[in-house]
Amino acid sequence: MLILLGMPIVQIVLFGFAITTEVKNVRVAVFDPSKDELTRRIIDRIDANEYMNVTQYLTDNAAINNVFRKNQADLVVVFSDHFSDDLLHTGKTSVQLVADATDPNTATMLVGYATNVIRAVQAENTQSGYIPAGNIIPQVKLLYNPGMKAAYNFVPGVMGLILMLICAMMTSISIVREKEMGTMEVLLVSPVRPIFVVIAKAIPYFVLSCVNLVTILLLSRYLLEVPVAGNLFLLASVSMLFILVSLSLGLLISILTQTQMAAMLASGMILMMPVVLLSGMIFPTENMPLILQWISDIIPAKWYIMAVKKVMIEGVGLAYVTKEIIILAAMALLLLTVSIKKFNVRL
Amino acid sequence: MNAVDVIQLDKAYGTVTALTALSFSVNRGELFGIIGPDGAGKTTLFRILTTLILPDRGKALVDGYDVVKDYKEIRKRVGYMPGRFSLYQDMTVEENLRFFATVFGTTIEENYTLIEDIYKQIEPFKTRKAGKLSGGMKQKLALSCALIHKPSVLFLDEPTTGVDPVSRKEFWAMLTRLKEQGITIVVSTPYMDEAVLCDRIALIRKGTFLDIETPGQIIDNFKETLWAVKADKMSSLLQDLRTLDGVKTCFSFGDVHHITVDDKRLTIVSLGDRLSRQGYREIEIKPIQATIEDCYMQMSQNAE
Amino acid sequence: MMENPVIHVEKLTKRFGSFTAVDNISFDVGKGEIFGFLGANGAGKTTAMRMLCGLSKPTGGTGTVAGFDINKESEQIKQNIGYMSQKFSLYEDLKVWENIRLFGGIYGLSDKEIAQKTDDLLKRLGFESERNTLVQSLPLGWKQKLAFSVSIFHEPRIVFLDEPTGGVDPVTRRQFWELIYQAADKGITVFVTTHYMDEAEYCNRVSIMVDGRIEALDSPSELKKRFEVGTMDEVFYLLARKAKRGE
Repeated sequence: MLILLGMPIVQIVLFGFAITTEVKNVRVAVFDPSKDELTRRIIDRIDANEYMNVTQYLTDNAAINNVFRKNQADLVVVFSDHFSDDLLHTGKTSVQLVADATDPNTATMLVGYATNVIRAVQAENTQSGYIPAGNIIPQVKLLYNPGMKAAYNFVPGVMGLILMLICAMMTSISIVREKEMGTMEVLLVSPVRPIFVVIAKAIPYFVLSCVNLVTILLLSRYLLEVPVAGNLFLLASVSMLFILVSLSLGLLISILTQTQMAAMLASGMILMMPVVLLSGMIFPTENMPLILQWISDIIPAKWYIMAVKKVMIEGVGLAYVTKEIIILAAMALLLLTVSIKKFNVRL
Repeated sequence: MNAVDVIQLDKAYGTVTALTALSFSVNRGELFGIIGPDGAGKTTLFRILTTLILPDRGKALVDGYDVVKDYKEIRKRVGYMPGRFSLYQDMTVEENLRFFATVFGTTIEENYTLIEDIYKQIEPFKTRKAGKLSGGMKQKLALSCALIHKPSVLFLDEPTTGVDPVSRKEFWAMLTRLKEQGITIVVSTPYMDEAVLCDRIALIRKGTFLDIETPGQIIDNFKETLWAVKADKMSSLLQDLRTLDGVKTCFSFGDVHHITVDDKRLTIVSLGDRLSRQGYREIEIKPIQATIEDCYMQMSQNAE
Repeated sequence: MMENPVIHVEKLTKRFGSFTAVDNISFDVGKGEIFGFLGANGAGKTTAMRMLCGLSKPTGGTGTVAGFDINKESEQIKQNIGYMSQKFSLYEDLKVWENIRLFGGIYGLSDKEIAQKTDDLLKRLGFESERNTLVQSLPLGWKQKLAFSVSIFHEPRIVFLDEPTGGVDPVTRRQFWELIYQAADKGITVFVTTHYMDEAEYCNRVSIMVDGRIEALDSPSELKKRFEVGTMDEVFYLLARKAKRGE
């Protein structure tokens, strides 16, 4: 009842205020080998923009890829070596805007913001005669997903969603079904350890999830042409870990609920909605209010989707996803411990 | 060692008491009936004995093992058929049986002799889904599944509820044959007429036992004068008998009314005269032996 | 052939694919009659009862219930009958008076009527103190008595009772039957199924269904005479034992 009444309120509030596709607090890293008056002015204006903050100054070209992999910046502005000189002498100069395009929507928006700022600086400076009329040409470079394919963003999201759905929801429903049918009563009064019953129930869904995982990867590779850039084994391992987390969640739900209806509601409302809304699958989590960011932090799918983006799209190695792996492993451990503790050998 | 020993068992759900200070024993090889209406506490008692729920106070031993401490041992030894349908509806008859055999670490073949008698009756339908079976057949399959591991004690919670009289008779005949094979059977039922088929019965009401005895002894203990009265207008006869001096209780029993008489001055002849003066025809009055149902009703009224 | 029967069916048949659940049954039930509808599990009782209540369309045959055609006027039938079963009777999470008001409202009674009849009903059952009790905390027997009273609250011409007394304690079971008698005295026809054979004796007439057909239909005393046995239990056993189909 509470869920049914509370759900619309929560959703309206979430959609209305918290969750927007608008990007705020963009972390901008700057590589400015030119270091002249004009570049400084552009940098200041970027920093002064309500959406963007300059957070880092890079010292060489190689650092650009690193900031993305370490998730330290959303946009990198790279000025040419002799920015103002070029403009004075040749009448044009270039600035490169580098964005992470695994989420094409966000990338487009970021580049748009930066371009606007640069245009504005150019316009007012030309007016005041400070710089010669000329062109500052922003060159956009999209990392990881040069084709700006939406698939790069949603494939990891769908993987998180499907695995969560199958593991958590189906496992909990199938176990609770036994309770409802009365077969659990008979199984409990048998020499079989109740936890084995539960494990036996979970195995088919584990296998099913693995099959699904392979299907998604094959489809995305050959149909959507999203390649697995990173280590396949690493990707599989992270996925297994996530499946384990989801299974434990399903198990916990099945222990706490008595009817299929309740299990469905619990997994639907408590798992699905937050996964869709808060995991960063559709709406970037960076722009949510702090409180929602905290909530999104406890959603396993968020970490899984992040890890998949890194391994599959960016193609980075184990070192870059250790944080996600550790968090997922801790979640699995916690959920399993709680479930097994809570699991009743009686009715 | 008794098959079941229960000492001062208490169980409450929140503020609702389900069982109060229940004590009884079931001998080995006995067919023990727990007779009482829905809500009397039968299912709660069965669930405690099959280690599914914990008692609040008191002690219960099944096959010599404590239901709280040694629940794992008990689960190896007992067979349990819960009141509601508890088979896999979407598996076939044979798959269900094989599944439960595996769960109990045995095979159908190993203990086939025990269930042969029952299973033979449903074998023609062994490829049918359990959910598509009729009530009587579901019950036979559930019993086969509960027996497949040759339990030493068999707990049957209301196996005949909602089952027609013919299937009920067949079911009790099966229980009698099982008993002959040395299995202790504890069975509950709301049908009082089934009580006479048990070795001993416990009459349960509102979580306490009214009496535990052989059916014969319970009937012998019924000390009141009991008559069966019959006439042409049964419905008004019931009301008239109730207001009659000397008639203590009056209940309908099928085509007759059973009355207990607490006034020696009221005789069969004088009652007959009174009724015919009130305009009744075809009056028949005769002394009868009590049924378990008479005993149950008398005891529950005394307990009020 | 009865004059102005409340239920009249002729050659009523229901087939599910190749399976004939109800096979050509014909009977009449009169006003104020208590009609026992017996049969083994799977004999077709429930299917037949569903057709009479307008819940399922017959494959063949004709009939009227409360004067309405079971083939064409199922909505009118539903307005004019009461129904109660062991499984569904009342809303457990509503209070006693709320249940009465709900069902009164469903059958289109006015608030004033409902208020007054609620008082009468609770008084008659001796339930006045339970007016605000949740139905789920009542003992089963009380629930069933209340459910029956609610099912005839709108004074239908017929009430269908599907195993109303299963699992009810012996004393309350008898009180329940006294309510049935009172309803019959007021002219309500009672159509009842039961597995208690002593209750079959309380009926004016009983029919016994075997394998989809009505094998016997008469008063309990006539049936016992015909089969030369002492109880309805034996009559039932003799007939139902011949059943071929296991459903």
